[in-house]
Amino acid sequence: MRDAFAKEMKSLVERKNNVVLLSGDIGNRMFDGLKNSRPEQFINCGIAEANMMSMAAGMALSGMRPVIYTITPFTTLRCLEQIRIGVAYHESPVVIVGTGSGLSYSELGPTHHSLEDMAILRTIPNINVLAPADKIELVFQLREAIESPNPTYIRIGKKGEPDLCKFNPNYVIGKANVIRSGTKYLLLGVGPILGEALKAAEMLELEGVNLCVASMGGVYPIDVDFLTKMISEGFTNWITLEEHGIVGGLGTAIIEWLSDSNNSKIINVKRLGVPKQFINKLGNQEYTRKQFGLDPIGIKKQILEL
Amino acid sequence: MSNLLKKQKSFNELEEIANELRKRIIETGANSKIPHIGSCLSCIDLLVYIYWNELEIDPLEPNDVDRDRFLLSKGHGAPALFQVLAERGFFDKERLLEFGKPGSVFHEHPPKPGLIPGIEAATGSLGHGFSMALGMAVSSKITAKNYRTYVMLSDGECNEGSIWEAALLAPTLNLHNLTVIIDFNKWQATGRSEEIMTLQPLNLKWEAFGWHVQEIDGHNFNEMDEAFNNAKQKKNKPSVIVSNTIKGKGVSFMEDDNNWHYRIPNKEELKLALKELGFES
Repeated sequence: MRDAFAKEMKSLVERKNNVVLLSGDIGNRMFDGLKNSRPEQFINCGIAEANMMSMAAGMALSGMRPVIYTITPFTTLRCLEQIRIGVAYHESPVVIVGTGSGLSYSELGPTHHSLEDMAILRTIPNINVLAPADKIELVFQLREAIESPNPTYIRIGKKGEPDLCKFNPNYVIGKANVIRSGTKYLLLGVGPILGEALKAAEMLELEGVNLCVASMGGVYPIDVDFLTKMISEGFTNWITLEEHGIVGGLGTAIIEWLSDSNNSKIINVKRLGVPKQFINKLGNQEYTRKQFGLDPIGIKKQILEL
Repeated sequence: MSNLLKKQKSFNELEEIANELRKRIIETGANSKIPHIGSCLSCIDLLVYIYWNELEIDPLEPNDVDRDRFLLSKGHGAPALFQVLAERGFFDKERLLEFGKPGSVFHEHPPKPGLIPGIEAATGSLGHGFSMALGMAVSSKITAKNYRTYVMLSDGECNEGSIWEAALLAPTLNLHNLTVIIDFNKWQATGRSEEIMTLQPLNLKWEAFGWHVQEIDGHNFNEMDEAFNNAKQKKNKPSVIVSNTIKGKGVSFMEDDNNWHYRIPNKEELKLALKELGFES
């Protein structure tokens, strides 16, 4: 995903003079192509995220389209008030990109885990909170966010995630993307962890359980038309999946919508995510996902328990 | 092309304007029960100089892309800024009758742009405006515009860590189109700024960070004139003008008394203050 981001950014700065990439001193060599092509459209803002965020707001208010890039906890919680005021309240069209989100940097410890970012940013008005499943969704979201009058937050993974979505030229922010059709259960997810859901779906198929899998693309806005359609199609058992804390993210957003909507059917929702805790026993992403039942076998097991 | 012009008033005229605005700041504060009168009186002379003799702006075209930008990073000085913008013609003075009233956009701090003509940024949470100004100065440079960006900080605001993040980055990017003005009135909310966090030597700190530093009397238009003109001549670094000011300046019983950070004058105090400024009721 990171490489796709760097490639798309190079193309964006070459097409648009007002797009500027701001880095919090990360992305070593990753942006060399962009820097060589448009040096004036790249600024290393140093390890100073609070300043970088307000600076981006000031740039956006002056007609620029800044894109901020650093590791997820540092581009979200570290400078949360600067996002809330400079970016969201001012409605300054900044694109904030958090790399290595969720458990991507699992072995780096809780300082580098991001399991609260979507929950917290979802409470702030005016900002879209996105989590693409793969590089295909990412590139569409980035292109649309650059043109949007609204601020956007995009949390991405790291390197080498599989492609899950089919290329869909009609893709728009806030629309769900069905990546596997099915009839029995409905799994709604965000982010690259949907790759684990697809593997779980294959295993479930062998046991006669048919799973529909959709990428929601983010936690705000939510595609409520799609959810309404899923209810009318008869899906009553839903699973939400996110590489994020269980509190406040996609699962919570879905439950909130169900509670507030006028739907008369009873929908059971099983939320899969990381429990509200700091993780002390470290391993790589695969290891840690497994600890919380977020690997294909764990996902399958929890679905069979429904 | 637009009419981005400075007004260029004589220093006597600036003094008269500042005196009139002091009166209105105190009256409006008393009527609306909105605090920070002391903080407004310390920076009003600087604001008057900046808005009449420095900024290239057109109050009738407040969003002109080529305008100079001014951000009041010490957002609690908004009551002073609102008076300046009204007097300078950004909006009708009558609008300030709604100051502090329920439902009004005129309250303690500047709101986001678009609600009050001339306001460039919502400030009030200290430390944000400086970095936003830095972003505007960067944009001016990248797009090869000629506008300058000005931002006023308070000394207490220099407690915020993000101030020093921005202070490190601006010289790195050679933002010579950026001028910082520090309203150095030696007080912050609950005490002497020097005692709460050691600020001094403030000039040396900025110098060490790579800034062109000038120190002036922030109530002396002659010194302002020289400093702001010097700042524009510097082409290799950003400028900071450390302005020694007196909190509550202009009213003897408010001067250097930090109670007027929060206090609202009663009827008798209002009358006395206006009398000192030369306005007999």
